[in-house]
Amino acid sequence: MTALGKLIRTTAFKLLAAYLIIFALFAGSVIAYLGWHTQRLVTRQAVEAIENDTRFMQAQFERGGINRLVNLVNRRAGAPDAGLLLVTSFNGDPLAGNMMNLPLNFLDKQGWREISYVRTDDSAAPPSRALVHVVFLPGEYRLLIGRDVVEREELRQIIIGPAVWGLALLVVLGMAGGLFITRRVLKRIDQMTAISDGIMAGDLSGRLAVSGTGDEFDRLALSLNAMLDRIEALMAGLKEVSDNIAHDLKTPLTRLRNRAEDALRTAASEDEWRLATERTIEESDGLIRTFDALLMIARAEAGQASAKMLRFDLAETVAGVAELYEPVADESGLDLKTEIAGPLPMHGVRELFGQALANLLDNAIKYSAPETPGERRELDLRATRIGDRLRLVVADRGPGIPEADRPRALERFVRLEASRTRPGFGLGLSLVAAVVRLHGGTLSLEGNDPGLRVVIDLPLDLSDEAEAA
Amino acid sequence: MTYMETNSNRTVASDSARGREGPFIDLADFRRAARKNADESPMRLLIVEDDRDAADYLRKAFREAGHVVDLAADGEEGLVLARDGGYDVLIVDRMLPRRDGLSVIADLRGRGDKTPALILSALGQVDDRVTGLRAGGDDYLPKPYAFTELLARVEALARRGGPQAADTVYRVADLELDRLAHRCTRSGQEIVLQPREFRLLEYLMRHAGQVVTRTMLLENVWDYHFDPQTNVIDVHVSRLRAKIDKGFDPPLLHTVRGAGYIIRDGAR
Repeated sequence: MTALGKLIRTTAFKLLAAYLIIFALFAGSVIAYLGWHTQRLVTRQAVEAIENDTRFMQAQFERGGINRLVNLVNRRAGAPDAGLLLVTSFNGDPLAGNMMNLPLNFLDKQGWREISYVRTDDSAAPPSRALVHVVFLPGEYRLLIGRDVVEREELRQIIIGPAVWGLALLVVLGMAGGLFITRRVLKRIDQMTAISDGIMAGDLSGRLAVSGTGDEFDRLALSLNAMLDRIEALMAGLKEVSDNIAHDLKTPLTRLRNRAEDALRTAASEDEWRLATERTIEESDGLIRTFDALLMIARAEAGQASAKMLRFDLAETVAGVAELYEPVADESGLDLKTEIAGPLPMHGVRELFGQALANLLDNAIKYSAPETPGERRELDLRATRIGDRLRLVVADRGPGIPEADRPRALERFVRLEASRTRPGFGLGLSLVAAVVRLHGGTLSLEGNDPGLRVVIDLPLDLSDEAEAA
Repeated sequence: MTYMETNSNRTVASDSARGREGPFIDLADFRRAARKNADESPMRLLIVEDDRDAADYLRKAFREAGHVVDLAADGEEGLVLARDGGYDVLIVDRMLPRRDGLSVIADLRGRGDKTPALILSALGQVDDRVTGLRAGGDDYLPKPYAFTELLARVEALARRGGPQAADTVYRVADLELDRLAHRCTRSGQEIVLQPREFRLLEYLMRHAGQVVTRTMLLENVWDYHFDPQTNVIDVHVSRLRAKIDKGFDPPLLHTVRGAGYIIRDGAR
């Protein structure tokens, strides 16, 4: 596409051209009206003058007959700025006047006409146009009185000529201006297009330029940039997930394969076969759970669940999960103490919170259960309301996590040194963190001297209280 | 108290650890028993699944359990077979050629056909399940699944709507559960149950003689569809067992290794 073609195709230019055409049509109509009106005015003046003359001449004829009229006409016709005058006998022979070369039988009819004529006193001049009035006088005489209307033609030329040129100039300048403005707009659009082409090609770090004038392009650029930030973050997350999947699913897959191969090579008895098969199934179950957890985290982090968010009472969920885990905690030597100040209305996905709470309690039970039989420890679960926020605390009395290791504990697949030998997939806390982030909250790990305190801060859904207030 | 004794057993309950303390049935024994049971009243199943291998595997496994299986390889074929009727349970894959599983079920429901249907799907998130159940499915099992889980769920569906559901009193041997009075007795002795224990026993007794998996318990007794990681259910069941079986004979609540639990009259 040529540069001009591109310009002409822009919305800005098309709008401008349409506006220009409409404007030109309006301007043309106004000029036409003005011209027509002026012409009418000039014509009326001529008509009035002719009528006056006619009345005067008729009066002279009535008073003094044809001789008086002929004298008067002869006297007047010679004057330099005289109108057109002609008096003839009934058969058309001119008796007096300043006109010649009239068409044959022109004077046979009374009334108003426009003719081109030549004056007798200035026969060298080119024919001119005139408005004439023919009247019959008693005795078959005919009187013609007229006014030259060349003035009118000139006036028309004076008005129409410049108007047409002006209009043409307007269109040309308008188009030029339109092209100029369109080019400026197009330049910014082209910049945006070039940057988005780069981004589409894979360079997610590109951002649209913001001129700082706060115009609509800036607003568009700002919102597109915000969108790009989000996309970049999502892509980075996705890449991290796929890297982790590649790395951490391949390890158990390799183990699974090795075991199956080993069984194929060495298993001798049916019992050994059975054992190998059972372990293969166990291993694949573990893989499925890891995979499910990863999918859940990815979905929560991508914010996909937000479409399915509903209002629910988190206090009920906390109580339910606590009830579910209480016997397990009890058997592990932990006294689960639950303190819930409800109701705690939340806008979110109940199932995700169920899973997150289960993960938290599961971790706490796994890592803080006393080693020596008979020893009892406390495990606190608190859900309270602080203003319009909700605070959820799970505090155990286990070994805790050293302060330096705490940020790492929230990463995927991270299992801290002390816990390597325990069961688990290292996804528990990162799922909790993803769920909390999805719901606009924060999660922090604190010391409990001794032990670990997981503190979660979430916004409550207080829409009904706001309505009531 | 049983759980006081198991307190020394610090690790979170696993199948084998749990097996020692309660009556325990091997899955193979259970299958044999189920087979005998099925000889008397085999289920007629329709499996609509486009993956040939998966379908053949399911047919083989269900036949081993003593049931009669028809296969359909796509949605249209499945719908034609299902319309003829006569099936106890439909097992429908969600993504099928020619007509998807949900529309097969929706079509049947539109005709007033209430044959229980279980949806199998690779989509396992909460909202996928909700969509499936809303389309008229009675149960939803995400792939990949353990066959024991599928078998247990299909058997639970097949008996659904049986005479037991309307009964106000459930009985297994000398164990009685009065659903209206919220009372439980064994050999005439009253057993005090927590509300959740009551619902757990109620669910187990409604499906007396059938294996009930941990996931089924979590879904139906607690209404959770997430993975609790550790076998929290085992501890609840073991507490219930301590109340209803301890000091009575024979034991009624059995652990089925590799599958779940079953409550049944051992004497039968």
